[in-house]
Amino acid sequence: MSRPELIAPPEIYYGDTEARKYTKNSRNQQIQADMTYRALELLSLPPDQPAFLLDIGCGSGLSGEILDEEGYTWAGVDISPSMLEVALEREVDGDLFLQDIGQGFGFRPGSFDGAISISVLQWLLNADSTHPTSSPPHRLQRFFTTLHSALRNPSRAVFQFYPSSDDQIQLITSIAQKAGFGGGIVVDYPNSNKAKKIFLCLFIGGGGTQPMPKGLEGDEVVGAGAKFERRRERVSTQARSRKRKSIKDRDWILKKKELYRKRGKEDVPNDSRYTGRKRRPVF
Amino acid sequence: MVRLITHNLLACHVKGCTSNNFPLQFQDVSIEIREAEFNPDFLRGFIPKIEWKALVDTARQLGDTSLPLEPPEMLDDEFLKNLHHVLLEVHVEEGAMICPNCNHRYPISNGIPNMLLAEHEIA
Repeated sequence: MSRPELIAPPEIYYGDTEARKYTKNSRNQQIQADMTYRALELLSLPPDQPAFLLDIGCGSGLSGEILDEEGYTWAGVDISPSMLEVALEREVDGDLFLQDIGQGFGFRPGSFDGAISISVLQWLLNADSTHPTSSPPHRLQRFFTTLHSALRNPSRAVFQFYPSSDDQIQLITSIAQKAGFGGGIVVDYPNSNKAKKIFLCLFIGGGGTQPMPKGLEGDEVVGAGAKFERRRERVSTQARSRKRKSIKDRDWILKKKELYRKRGKEDVPNDSRYTGRKRRPVF
Repeated sequence: MVRLITHNLLACHVKGCTSNNFPLQFQDVSIEIREAEFNPDFLRGFIPKIEWKALVDTARQLGDTSLPLEPPEMLDDEFLKNLHHVLLEVHVEEGAMICPNCNHRYPISNGIPNMLLAEHEIA
């Protein structure tokens, strides 16, 4: 899989078309939603208390929408104007800022009760120019120090991101620690290539001994580690030789139609009790 | 969508601009009122974080005089409603924010402030 952060800087990569594509894609929506819920879980804010959160790299507000749903007040920053435009169209409730997180924040100390960031940090790991302030370590350091001061004590910040190597994780955690954060990396589904998700959980205060949350394991990795068995293969060839049953049953059709509606395709037929039913012979 | 709640948290972050850089001054603004859900618990929790003088001054500058000069001891419903209106329902749509110290201009367009800095301004 090619990495978008290697193609162009975020404000250019997420231009008008890409921003819209990204937001409309129902798979992206699902993944973003799942990760936002998980990040909120890792943030472990006290329940039933209102909180003011910062969404770093809020993009088109996919995660912001979930913050709205969960009843949080939030502000979001992003560097892509096109993404923010989409967010405006979607009428999210948070305040939006056009800001380069590598330049640091100007928020007053203790402004936020927590911060989340979904699929953003990897964008900070590429230099766009040779100016000393645009080297990744410098930008990360500026980002983490200003974020540290913008968060209240005690609080947490949770970042989901896609590092391409262990060195990158090492770089990010060491700079975060220098900025004063405690915490570390949580890996969900470490044994699955597809479902594996890496979260950086940073703590401020709390007596210094906040327990590290555990990564999720199990369920999602069904079949990923199964051994090759000849017996299974034989069964499957036998089955194939018989006449195959159609997989396009009612459920399949309903699923497809739902998907088309989600993607905004026009003229998707309505569901009724006739959906997916076999026509009777005319005579 | 610059609401006063975020404006009250926002200081200038230009290199070397570390004192007298708050609050940012609004300039040529056009505002819009949009109703929001009233959440008294959130407001009560948020009051300690507010720089009261900055908030009242800015609200008066934008033409809202419903807030007292000093935060009251008793938080009655009417006060919270006024505070809710000022903090969360007044949206600055166009204009700019100016740093009182270094005069950096953060333009606001479509409700989104542009906080990007030029290369020589980055700390």
